[in-house]
Amino acid sequence: MRNIWIIWRKELRSYFVSPIAYLLLTMFALIFGFFFWNALGYFVMMGMESQMRGQPMPMNLNEEVIRPLLSNASVIGLFFIPMITMRLFAEEKRSGTIELLVTSPVRDIEIILGKWLAALTMYGCMLLFTALNFAFLFKYGNPDWKPLAIGYLGLLLQAGGLLAIGTFISTLTKNQIIAGAATFGVCLLLWILEWVSGYETAAWAQVLAYMSVITHFESFGKGVLDMKDAIYYLTVIFLGLFFTARSMESLRWRS
Amino acid sequence: MISVKQLTKKYARNLAVDHISFEVQKGQIVGFLGPNGAGKTTTMRMLTCFMPPTSGGATVAGFDVLEQPLEVKKRIGYLPESPPLYPEMETGEYLTFVGRLKGLSGAELKKRVDYVCDRCAVEDVRNKLLGRLSKGYRQRVGLAQAIIHNPDVLVLDEPTAGLDPKQINETRDLIKGLAGDHTIILSTHILPEVEQTCEQVVIISKGKLVATDSVTNLQNRARGAESLLVEVGSRDGAVDSAVVVTRLQQIPGVSRAQLKTTHGDRNVFEVESQKGFVRGELARAVVQAGWDLNELRPAAVSLEEIFLQLTGAEAAGKGAA
Ligand SMILES: Nc1ncnc2c1ncn2[C@@H]1O[C@H](COP(=O)(O)OP(=O)(O)OP(=O)(O)O)[C@@H](O)[C@H]1O
Ligand SMILES: [Mg+2]
Repeated sequence: MRNIWIIWRKELRSYFVSPIAYLLLTMFALIFGFFFWNALGYFVMMGMESQMRGQPMPMNLNEEVIRPLLSNASVIGLFFIPMITMRLFAEEKRSGTIELLVTSPVRDIEIILGKWLAALTMYGCMLLFTALNFAFLFKYGNPDWKPLAIGYLGLLLQAGGLLAIGTFISTLTKNQIIAGAATFGVCLLLWILEWVSGYETAAWAQVLAYMSVITHFESFGKGVLDMKDAIYYLTVIFLGLFFTARSMESLRWRS
Repeated sequence: MISVKQLTKKYARNLAVDHISFEVQKGQIVGFLGPNGAGKTTTMRMLTCFMPPTSGGATVAGFDVLEQPLEVKKRIGYLPESPPLYPEMETGEYLTFVGRLKGLSGAELKKRVDYVCDRCAVEDVRNKLLGRLSKGYRQRVGLAQAIIHNPDVLVLDEPTAGLDPKQINETRDLIKGLAGDHTIILSTHILPEVEQTCEQVVIISKGKLVATDSVTNLQNRARGAESLLVEVGSRDGAVDSAVVVTRLQQIPGVSRAQLKTTHGDRNVFEVESQKGFVRGELARAVVQAGWDLNELRPAAVSLEEIFLQLTGAEAAGKGAA
């Protein structure tokens, strides 16, 4: 436990002493902010229109602003996750510091969990920035906070799964760029898998669509905590970390 | 303290370490000697549990590297070939991190960090980023992190590589000072380093154990065939080197004599003798011939020579058997 904490601290620190953390935070906040104000502007316009027509529609912030925004956030996340995980192991392998970690009295799994949790924390920080936008909503409207919280939980779970995959890919190479590009490819693939369900209803298409990370976010986006989807993400996290552990082990046998 | 039995490592098809066995007693400093690609780093990586052996095994402080790696790791300090430094950390911060990783905490951690900073002379770069350190300082910080938890066993892969001469001496003294409480195994290509710091030598070449012995024994063994440098002069200036060579070759025990260098009328001859000491004979022969014996000294035995001799001897021994 203590070792996980030591590694976590070291990783998190190295995000924040390099420009990468600030770059990620700024980019994410900017892009999300853009989506947010866009959605809000549209919402306000719709509201005014419906009033002018004299038939006020029931307007719902949760439905019309928060829900699409959360789905957007989950997609934007896909693009940022490779940048968070790419250096985790690749850089240690390149610089030789992996020799220090592996020859210290620390279990592999503690190293992996420390690094993965640091990556998740980094992503959490990015989400925190987006929450500022929502704080604004709470000030001027009265959205329901529960679906929002569940949506954020979904974002974290989804990121957890993708970060675990990214961590695994980072153990496969010494080159950060390759790790990043491969992770991006996999993230993208896991996203677009869902498209096959658009034209195909056979069993294989359903399986592929089931594997898509985006499909499972829908329920969270609606503010519904569906155990099936939570379990899907937890499984991805588990598998990602499991393969990372196996990869670290075989790394030693091979290298 | 360290016991290596039939240790073997195979990379794909390449046998990097081939059935090596040796023992290291507690408190000893052992020099691990071999040319490039001999398998020194590979052996050390197996001892430190960085990678498992293909076959055979080793125990460190009584714990098996395969069965109880965690116990082994607790007792080992390891300086890899390239110091494992994080460029974005400061020296003091890095040492604190490594100390924590090795299980230290609180006041003791602080004490140890102060101690190793002082001991490895990195006090003046304590607040500097590791990425900005010179090669020598990187090496020193690497050494500092290896001893931070006061381990029973130290495994140092070329600890003096990249240091300046003064620092090399200080590092050797430091290593010698650490012996006694610590068992140390250090790899190097430099023979004087072994002569100065180590009591015991393990020599490997192409993955095979060539010799394991005490330093003094090995030196004697290597000098079994002794090579001497003889400077012969004459009062009237001219010495016919061919005549000198012929005369030197007549001395019993001399296997070969040849002119090595000439500086004006100073002629230096290299004399190889098979066994024992022929210096007395040599001196007498030169003087009796009416020449001056200006200098007589053993040619420095280089690592290469020891190698050539030892590997040659092994091969010859095998051929005879
Ligand atoms: N990761 C690896 N994969 C494949 N072969 C390797 C690997 N590391 C080392 N080798 C090979 O194993 C052999 C021994 O290498 P090793 O690094 O142990 O030598 P060394 O004695 O430390 O040499 P040096 O004095 O140059 O440091 C070499 O032939 C090398 O090419
Ligand atoms: Mg080496």
